[in-house]
Amino acid sequence: MIEISHLTKKFDQFVAIDDLSVSIREGEVLGFLGPNGAGKSTTMKVITGFLSPSSGRVTIDGHDISTAALEAKRLIGYLPEGAPSYGDMTTLEFLRFIAQVRGFRGVEIEQKVDQVINEVALQTVRDQSIETLSKGFKRRVGLAQAIMHDPKVLILDEPTDGLDPNQKHHVRALIKSLATDKIVIISTHILEEVTAVCSRAVIIANGKIVADGTPSELESQSRFHQAIRVTLTDSHDLVADVATLPGVASVEVEEDNRLAYTIFAEGGASIFSQVSEIAQQKHWPISEFHVERGQLEDVFRSVTQQSEGQTNE
Amino acid sequence: MSNLGIIFKRELYSYFATPLAYVFIVIFLITNGIFTFDLGGFFLRGQADLLPFFGFHPWLYLFMVPAIAMTLWADERKTGTIELLLTLPVRLVDAVLGKFLAAWVLTGIALTLTFPIWVTVNYLGDPDNGVIVAAYLGSWFMAGGFLAIGSCMSACTKNSVIAFILTVAICFLFVIMGSPILLNTFPSWVPQWLVDAFSAMGFLTHFDSIAKGVLDIRDFLFFSVFIGGWLLASAIVIEMKKAN
Repeated sequence: MIEISHLTKKFDQFVAIDDLSVSIREGEVLGFLGPNGAGKSTTMKVITGFLSPSSGRVTIDGHDISTAALEAKRLIGYLPEGAPSYGDMTTLEFLRFIAQVRGFRGVEIEQKVDQVINEVALQTVRDQSIETLSKGFKRRVGLAQAIMHDPKVLILDEPTDGLDPNQKHHVRALIKSLATDKIVIISTHILEEVTAVCSRAVIIANGKIVADGTPSELESQSRFHQAIRVTLTDSHDLVADVATLPGVASVEVEEDNRLAYTIFAEGGASIFSQVSEIAQQKHWPISEFHVERGQLEDVFRSVTQQSEGQTNE
Repeated sequence: MSNLGIIFKRELYSYFATPLAYVFIVIFLITNGIFTFDLGGFFLRGQADLLPFFGFHPWLYLFMVPAIAMTLWADERKTGTIELLLTLPVRLVDAVLGKFLAAWVLTGIALTLTFPIWVTVNYLGDPDNGVIVAAYLGSWFMAGGFLAIGSCMSACTKNSVIAFILTVAICFLFVIMGSPILLNTFPSWVPQWLVDAFSAMGFLTHFDSIAKGVLDIRDFLFFSVFIGGWLLASAIVIEMKKAN
């Protein structure tokens, strides 16, 4: 369990993390979201013990990262932003080095290295020096070193940044397969990633938490929650049909496709039955009809911009 | 093996994985040869000792050692591996010492490979080999002093060229501190103890006596404390500056 309480990190006058408190339990995959410069990476650097907090504390399974740094660091696997590694070493040499630093000895070293090489599919680049590897492979080498000691806490700073869709899928599958008894913290800009792998999403802006919940909880805060998207094959005065319908807040037409409408629900209540009924009655020429779960992107924008507005005042 | 040993091994290995170690050793040996035989008049002196050989070491180290030291921490910060290294369960002191020792051993290897000159002087005459061993050790300790300064300067910046220039400048200061040229420029009102203290910090003061065969444990102690001090400063600088 990770306990972060009243964590503040200042760089000179700039407050990167502002009195942040959150606790994360085993089994949670926490998606850490926020605009650039919101303090995501800084928070991760403090949790992993790279930076020391200005005030407040971080404990990992009871070990304070400031006072019991080594014990805490043993529990953590960390992929720093950009997946740095020693370029002049080969994949195998680098992973052996990590295995040794992680305290493995003798045959264990080769076992662990082989295991992670298989896990993240690095077999083809075992003996290639890391600086010659492609971005995707470098990222995977970084992941391999982070998961080698089967850490209780896995902290990944933008693990899929710069990967192609196949590689992204692979990394996400890997994260999901790890997650059952671990704590995983992922920072990302990619919101679909949060819906895909995270059990909890925390959005921060200006060093403060502005939203915290499961991805579907956050989605339900969106004005798109329960909205219905309809695409017609032919023009039809859909707006007039639904205007008087109870529960409908408003209707919008997409700008680049005049036949695509979004019908917003009032207060997040379901309007599916009403709308589908009237669609049948009025014989809408429908080609597509679906209910939106809500858009994380929409929530993200509204909570982070709100917070920016507050600080500007 | 402790973490210090593991880091030491990785660092030393990486010197030899790139051409750096080989280039360093070859250039070191060539310049040593030129200095000793051409400038030092090794044969003309007609004496069976290695004074001309060791006499040039401070000046040789002044440019060679900062070249190894400059990447010690600057590159770690530039590539971001410092974040990896310092979030592993490694104490900072192990990282600082491990890196320093690897670079120090590299200079030791280069120094050891000058052994043909020792063989030569033994073939030509009958030198005091005890003096030569002491001078070799003294030279290695002095190289350590240069390296420790370099470690600290390298921790100050992400740019290894800046680290190089800073290291050369500071090393130069410590080399000439003990030289009469500098000491004579002090005006007479400066108290003698201050001049003495200044001179006592100079590398030449300590190295000259070692090179001449005056084996004083205090000279070795000076270099040990000097190395320790600068490494401590390195650790403090890393701790302060790792955020940016």
